[in-house]
Amino acid sequence: MSTAGNGCRQAFMRALLEEAMRDPSIFVVTSDARGSASLDDFAAALPGQFVEVGIAEQDAVGIGAGLAHSGKRVFVAGPASFYSARAVEQVKNDAAYADLDVKIVGVSGGVSYGALGATHHALHDLALYRSIPNMAVIVPSDAAQAGMAARDLAKRRGPAYIRMGRSPVPDSYAPGEARFEFGKANLLADGKDCAIIACGETLHYAMGAVHALGERGIRCSLLDVPTIKPLDEAAILGAARRCGAVVTVEESYAFGGLGGAVAELLSQRTPTPMRILGFPDSYLPAGSSEELFAHCGLDSAGIERKVLEFLRGLGRA
Amino acid sequence: MLAAQSLELRKDILSLIKRANGGHTGGCLSSIDILVGLYFHALRIDPAMPRDPGRDRFVMSKGHSAEGLYCVLAKAGFFPALVLEQYGRFDSTLYGHPTMNVPGVEMPTGALGHGLAVGVGMALAAKRDGASYRTFVLMGDGEQAEGSVWEAAMAGSHYGLDNLVGIVDYNGLQISGKVDDVMRLSPLGDRWAAFGWKVVQIDGNDMGQVIGALDSVPAKAGSPTLILARTIKGKGVSFIENQVAWHHKVPTDEQYAQAMRELDTAIASAREARV
Ligand SMILES: Cc1ncc(C[n+]2csc(CCOP(=O)(O)OP(=O)(O)O)c2C)c(N)n1
Ligand SMILES: [Mg+2]
Repeated sequence: MSTAGNGCRQAFMRALLEEAMRDPSIFVVTSDARGSASLDDFAAALPGQFVEVGIAEQDAVGIGAGLAHSGKRVFVAGPASFYSARAVEQVKNDAAYADLDVKIVGVSGGVSYGALGATHHALHDLALYRSIPNMAVIVPSDAAQAGMAARDLAKRRGPAYIRMGRSPVPDSYAPGEARFEFGKANLLADGKDCAIIACGETLHYAMGAVHALGERGIRCSLLDVPTIKPLDEAAILGAARRCGAVVTVEESYAFGGLGGAVAELLSQRTPTPMRILGFPDSYLPAGSSEELFAHCGLDSAGIERKVLEFLRGLGRA
Repeated sequence: MLAAQSLELRKDILSLIKRANGGHTGGCLSSIDILVGLYFHALRIDPAMPRDPGRDRFVMSKGHSAEGLYCVLAKAGFFPALVLEQYGRFDSTLYGHPTMNVPGVEMPTGALGHGLAVGVGMALAAKRDGASYRTFVLMGDGEQAEGSVWEAAMAGSHYGLDNLVGIVDYNGLQISGKVDDVMRLSPLGDRWAAFGWKVVQIDGNDMGQVIGALDSVPAKAGSPTLILARTIKGKGVSFIENQVAWHHKVPTDEQYAQAMRELDTAIASAREARV
């Protein structure tokens, strides 16, 4: 497993702890996941703002909603797999429909848990959370951006889902240059041959592909979309119009997630040739997260190959 | 010789976890005596016919103890021991939690709190079909916090499923600490009894008591049985026993060697005592 880079979940929780030191209404609820959600420091520093419910994810969200109903600003944190499956009715009704200030922090999302298998994967979570009205969906791409997202969300009212991975990720932004503005995409390269739109920890793989394609003389735009919902429509339409070809990349099934959101937008506003790169509609072989990315063609080499195929099909490469 | 068998399997489990560099050490070691009692004594199963409709069902609701289940299934002959060697490799048949493609595995588990409801369904089907197979479900004690466990508990007694046996690996620990500190369970036996289950309390690391309890089911006609098995998490290796951190730690080379030495010594005395 890669140890380079920094962990999003650690950075997120460090920033949240700082915010919670200043704002005693910030509460964290967890379900025997203080280690995996990087909450040991929070639990030690602010026991009065920390609630452990045991292995009971539905209860965690329900209790979070009750706390929020009584004026707390709640972050419920645990593995994305469980918070995008069994706790979802509580999320839909008690957080989103009730319009309460409950953020769901799903850690170890996507295929972070690798060979632990499909019970522990969260590849449907982006599609699922997108489909719930009144939920924002945030997928930070590196540790610095995750910290900024935590600070933003600590001040922003209303329900949201934040999805991060387990292992450290390379920094996609140079020191001090990370950006997170709620609902805004970040343009990181502005080539005209193809727009690559990525989110979360696939951004660094997409960056690698953009670099390799550049060496072949193919100039790509690269858009980091840390807020999948609400989507930065202007930025995406702009990139699609500029390039006339769009490829999305995400650590999610290739349906209903970022690619789905972009396709829904473009097909109705600016129909543009498009490819959606994500995980297939099947259960994956046993393997580490890196092995699964490579197996599914979602590492830099895979993305480069698929973009090339796509552009060749369009007669553009 | 079942006690010696469990000690041998503890070595297999540690080897598997060591080789794969990952696994749920503590909970495998606490529950292995229960698995041995089930697979080498109680369950009416034929490894050559893992889908025989008349077989007893076993659902490993605490699916994170997959390494223990895999070692037992291999030893029982559901698949060749060689398959274990793939564990941890890309595209292995064996994932970190049980899956349907492994012969002998009834359900893909790993998300806690699912097994008992499925067990209720299996036992209910047997009742409706007039079939004589029995259903056993092994749960963790931390897992008891899931509300779905208690929904199923209610249904199990409502339908009078005396062909259903729940077993709790009551090792007192979960990931974040002691179960009673994380979310109090006590008095767990009284709670199950209040839900209409006949509760049998045993030392789940004592093979005689494990077998005695499994032989006694149904403990009460017309009621499901709950075997509350007091165990020690990490049982059998001195430095792993009762340590929260060993929930999913992998032994270093030295720790591995020491664990093997301790288990070899225990195996020798078990053989001598013929247990
Ligand atoms: C629904 C769900 N939530 C959380 C987890 C993560 N998890 C895996 S093992 C575990 C602790 C289990 O404790 P316990 O049931 O006591 O098992 P044991 O001590 O026997 O290992 C947790 C929280 C999970 N697998 N499933
Ligand atoms: Mg336990």
